[in-house]
Amino acid sequence: MNALEVSDLSFAYGPREALRHLNFSLEPGRFAALLGPNGAGKSTLIALLTRLYDLQHGDIRVGGNSLRQAPRPALKQLGVVFQQSTLDLDLSVEQNLRYHAALHGLSRRQTGIRVDAELTRQALTERRHERVRELNGGHRRRVEIARALLHEPRLLLLDEASAGLDPASRLALNQHIRNLCREHHISVLWATHLLDEVQAGDDLLILHLGRLVASGQASELSLEYGADLGSVFTRLTTLATTGVAR
Amino acid sequence: MNAYWQCFSGIVLREWLRFVLQRTRFLSALVRPLLWLLVFAAGFRAALGIAIIEPYDTYIPYEVYIIPGLACMILLFNGMQGSLSMVYDREMGSMRVLLTSPLPRTFLLCSKLLATSLISLLQVYAFLAIAWVYGVQPPAMGLLIALPALLLVALMLSALGLLLSNAIRQLENFAGVMNFVIFPLFFLSSALYPLWKMREANEWLYWLCAVNPFTHAVELVRFALYERFNPLALAVCGGLTVMFTLLAVLTFNPQHAALRKAG
Repeated sequence: MNALEVSDLSFAYGPREALRHLNFSLEPGRFAALLGPNGAGKSTLIALLTRLYDLQHGDIRVGGNSLRQAPRPALKQLGVVFQQSTLDLDLSVEQNLRYHAALHGLSRRQTGIRVDAELTRQALTERRHERVRELNGGHRRRVEIARALLHEPRLLLLDEASAGLDPASRLALNQHIRNLCREHHISVLWATHLLDEVQAGDDLLILHLGRLVASGQASELSLEYGADLGSVFTRLTTLATTGVAR
Repeated sequence: MNAYWQCFSGIVLREWLRFVLQRTRFLSALVRPLLWLLVFAAGFRAALGIAIIEPYDTYIPYEVYIIPGLACMILLFNGMQGSLSMVYDREMGSMRVLLTSPLPRTFLLCSKLLATSLISLLQVYAFLAIAWVYGVQPPAMGLLIALPALLLVALMLSALGLLLSNAIRQLENFAGVMNFVIFPLFFLSSALYPLWKMREANEWLYWLCAVNPFTHAVELVRFALYERFNPLALAVCGGLTVMFTLLAVLTFNPQHAALRKAG
């Protein structure tokens, strides 16, 4: 069963179409990069995936559960790291995690176990009582990842999670997520506009003007277009998109 | 059911922690009604005589009269501020996290409204404690009986705030809310002057005050504080709380805001 399936997804802000007939899926344990320039429709897609916006046309299935028909089991399988930090700066690391566990209905016992496990996994155990305000950007991101994984989702969604981090932290974060994906068989959808965050073996989804203009393994797309990823991306996102490119 | 309880208690705990950690917010919420009580009421008592009116059994000083109105004023400001921040936060920030919970959105919003209302009650009772020391001392049992009345009023005003913030884009700043919601609700009510006084001044203003939900909120609390029951005020506040909550939850949709911006 796919971790994520998006079928015939369209969305419009009044008369302006933001997403047009998107179709793609993500297999369990895969790292997929969602790439697109500003205005491509990434934020709208994230808003739909996280139920911030209601579906207008098409469907999204998370772990086989339709967001339209069974939102509760679908959202249970989804962990999210938003572009802008959504942590409570005045609360401690542990208090932030416990709040999230409560939102997912975890019992006190489960919460204790899961908080300990995620803090250990993210190497944050010693910082559990520190206020989030006192942490640097990289550590805050780690707290958000710990929070997103607290309820053991099958799919981790990261919306420009490396934004605002210095290059070393950005690389470390990207590597960290890849390790999680590999070692714990979590599917990852990594939305970004930075090509250097994509590796040859990643699944790649290129979004432009609301359309999915390319999808497939990054290395295969390079071969198909006979160019490096940067050139492929530039070509696909500067062409007038009258239809899906492939 | 347990998941719902865990979720609700988590939301309340978070509001409590924020309340404890943001002491300046708590203190500033107390300064406003205390200024009214200690300065405005002292200056005004000479100008305004209060006849014997229900629920009081005797002539009362002006400070005693305005205590229920000032308690409701705290709830009014908190309700509007809290709801406005829910709208600000809905596309980013903490509301986004709240909405990714798998539990129904209606439950999440109602829990949030109830949690902020419970925290507001702490501020009201802190204010009543200071007023007690100052010399305004309702019956001790009245302070207890007023608790559910204050909670109902807090919920009504929070739900009204959320409904208005959902419906009216122009209210996306607090100055707009102050001018067009808080001040009219507060001044066109029985918070600062009994309605018969208003009737003497102007019949139209009297009727505006009489139909103002905030008047009923103040009267519900005033009667409860003095161990009396006001069925009309309870019916109005109860009915409006249900109506405002339903409408606020139905109209709470971040998508609407995005569509409005696009349109």
